[in-house]
Amino acid sequence: MSVLDSKVPKGPLDQKWTSHKNKINLVNPANKRNIDVIVVGTGLAGGAAAASLAELGYNVKTFCYQDSPRRAHSIAAQGGINASKNYQGDGDSNYRLFYDTIKGGDYRSREANVHRLAEVSGNIIDQCVAQGVPFAREYGGQLDNRSFGGVLVSRTFYAKGQTGQQLLLGAYSAMNRQINRGKITPYNRHEMLDLVLVDGKARGIIARDLVSGAIERHSAHAVVIASGGYGNVFFLSTNAMGSNVMAAWRAHRRGAFFANPCFTQIHPTCIPVSGDHQSKLTLMSESLRNDGRIWVPAKKEDAEAIRAGKLKPTQIAEEDRDYYLERRYPAFGNLVPRDVASRAAKERCDAGFGVNKTGEAVYLDFDAAIMRYGKEKALISGQKDASDATIRTLGEEIIAAKYGNLFQMYEKIVDENPYKTPMMIYPAVHYTMGGLWVDYNLQTTIPGCYAAGEANFSDHGANRLGASALMQGLADGYFVLPYTIGDYLADDIRTGRISTDSPEFEAAEKEVTDRLAKLKAGKGLHSVDYYHKKLGKIMWNKCGMSRNEKELKEAIEEIAALRADFWENVKVPGDLNTKNQELEKAGRVADFLELGELFAKDALTRNESCGGHFREEYQTPEGEALRDDENFKFVSAWEYKGAPKDAVLHKEELVYENIELKTRSYK
Amino acid sequence: MKLTLKIWRQNGANDKGKMQTYPIDGIEGDMSFLEMLDVLNEDLINKGESPVEFDHDCREGICGSCSLQINGEPHGPDRLVTTCQLHMRSFKDGDTIVIEPFRASAFPVIKDLIVDRSSFDRIQQAGGYVSVNTSGNTLDANAIPVNKQDADQAFSAAACIGCGACVAACKNASAMLFTSAKVSQYALLPQGQVEAATRVENMVRQMDLEGFGNCTNTGACEIECPKGISLENIARMNREYLSASIKG
Repeated sequence: MSVLDSKVPKGPLDQKWTSHKNKINLVNPANKRNIDVIVVGTGLAGGAAAASLAELGYNVKTFCYQDSPRRAHSIAAQGGINASKNYQGDGDSNYRLFYDTIKGGDYRSREANVHRLAEVSGNIIDQCVAQGVPFAREYGGQLDNRSFGGVLVSRTFYAKGQTGQQLLLGAYSAMNRQINRGKITPYNRHEMLDLVLVDGKARGIIARDLVSGAIERHSAHAVVIASGGYGNVFFLSTNAMGSNVMAAWRAHRRGAFFANPCFTQIHPTCIPVSGDHQSKLTLMSESLRNDGRIWVPAKKEDAEAIRAGKLKPTQIAEEDRDYYLERRYPAFGNLVPRDVASRAAKERCDAGFGVNKTGEAVYLDFDAAIMRYGKEKALISGQKDASDATIRTLGEEIIAAKYGNLFQMYEKIVDENPYKTPMMIYPAVHYTMGGLWVDYNLQTTIPGCYAAGEANFSDHGANRLGASALMQGLADGYFVLPYTIGDYLADDIRTGRISTDSPEFEAAEKEVTDRLAKLKAGKGLHSVDYYHKKLGKIMWNKCGMSRNEKELKEAIEEIAALRADFWENVKVPGDLNTKNQELEKAGRVADFLELGELFAKDALTRNESCGGHFREEYQTPEGEALRDDENFKFVSAWEYKGAPKDAVLHKEELVYENIELKTRSYK
Repeated sequence: MKLTLKIWRQNGANDKGKMQTYPIDGIEGDMSFLEMLDVLNEDLINKGESPVEFDHDCREGICGSCSLQINGEPHGPDRLVTTCQLHMRSFKDGDTIVIEPFRASAFPVIKDLIVDRSSFDRIQQAGGYVSVNTSGNTLDANAIPVNKQDADQAFSAAACIGCGACVAACKNASAMLFTSAKVSQYALLPQGQVEAATRVENMVRQMDLEGFGNCTNTGACEIECPKGISLENIARMNREYLSASIKG
């Protein structure tokens, strides 16, 4: 048997979670007061977990590198959150949400976890409304929904283009209530630099106070890693500048297996790169594909003229436009899943039809939607013979109400008015499906170390559907972890406080201070950003939207060489015992330089194409992904053994008892 | 573009701090303001000088990390944007740009352009929440219909990103716009009604304890707010506060 035990409960799929909750151990309220839990990261998963655990009575310490828990990058999620409420009466159900998610993930996720996610999805909406989250509503006062990619129902709840912000502020408010009660102690502007194991169990962390530079020991009976994803290994991504893999990677180095590192989501609708100075990329929500149509010029000479600035998109006649998603995928059209939409954009741009100066952009056009909505609005308001100009004005108002903040953001960045001329978009790194391997209880391979939200690998397989990240983060934090962690902590009711004066804490602290000193000891040839950008280029060019054996092998060599160069020559100015942003970045980039290599190794090992992982050698004659269920229907879980090249692969075979594996088709 | 930057440098909370001048060249209009500072820092690092420290994270105008008083205005000359979304096309060749931290006694400087805004967190902790446990058996989300106008207004108030521009813009360093946005969000929703009176009293008390100034209805906060939070929220909070005091 594999060393990986997923601990999926027995029984019928739709009863697994209920029966599991009924059977697992609980900790009585009086004993909870004697148990400490550390939560690293205060986004949707971490914030929700911290608040819920504190409500239950545990003593919680939260850690975030930002100056406030409210600034975690969940805040930037735009489009929405899925739930199988079926408020629209369009045939939605837990099963359908479960099925869509498994299929969307290209059959590389765990059935039982995904079904649980669907089961609790409705509770999330109830909970958030009870907290005062101001979701969008219809005129009758009921909650409004919209559609996202890869599904045929409207199940996405939203708050304009700021859903992540509103949900995170909800979790933050729940945290604040517990901070006010003294049940959560927040450590803001703190970064976890190592995980401490005592007798094989996670018993605390070493953290750095990012203001004073002090190295601190914090003990607990369990540690929850909810530190988000590692998209910034690509340097340019839609992640926040500070988003990093350190907490998860430190846990990995201490024994937590890292699962499916190569499963990365490249989001199709981001604002294209404008130049070498670019520090990050900005997403334009997938919700825009509800109303926007994606196209490129059908004639190469038109595309060339646009790139040369001689032609404007509005001058291209309807018949000379190639709405390639509608052409290739008539059933789902512009709402195909993200991986499919991204590859299709790359295909058109590679073939020479791209727009923008760089040739790396496609159009997202709202003209049809503006006129459609405008016509409807004119009719409703009794203007039977409205002029085109009136219709357009009315239509623009409706589009503004739906996506106003996104349009404004686009205009600020690109300096063009997207109501008048189509947006330009191009795929960018957005989310990482891979992460720490966890069992059904969200426990990693280290006892007492849990992982939640984007930091774990669990629910999205090889491709995440839109509006599912918020759902998973909150499901893990509010409704899964608070139950499952009790099962583990029930054995700790007599343990008492964990001392930080142990040889284990001593040794971990020394390793941390040695590493910081080593970062400072570089010869000072190049800045941290110099290395980060180089790493990003390797990742994007060789481990990005399409991958092949030759380039992955090159990437492995190049990253290892870059890592050696980094440690020898990096320049980290300033002192260790003060606020030092370059030092913070250096530690994060050092970990990306290890993760990047494991990422390439994982992609090289997976000789198939599935979801966001597209291997050029494995495709159908039409250029669609060619999955290999016979040989690759497993989760890759990597065990740390020193250098990334020595990592050992463990496989968790995925068992599909309820869903028949099919070729994923959106045609 | 060639520019002259005058930047506040302060090596820690106890340092006196001073303005320092840096010439910079090769700046393009498509760069964001923070990308311009990245260019400066890369240059400073290569020259062996210490880079300028500033708060920033999402760089898409939503996390509220970035601050900066630019030519005397929080988040610079453009309206409805944060510093991270301000682009250099708003400046012209030869300009001198003065960059300071947000100034307020309730926002002490940590280093260079970074200030401590934890006072905002403490105001929220004093009552910025609805006391509901996570249980999975709360009311169905559609059980209480909410008038669309109220829901939309609650959203507009909740769109505050907690950056502190309102405080930095105010001659009294008042936090009324920030506090009132949260009070309003809950006051407009049925879920917030039960605790409305204690919430407003506790949050206002904490706001005063933190050393923020009083509101004298100048309205600079509304103008400088990158999210367009309306002054109406302050009026609503005053109403809520008054009614809470009367109820006693």
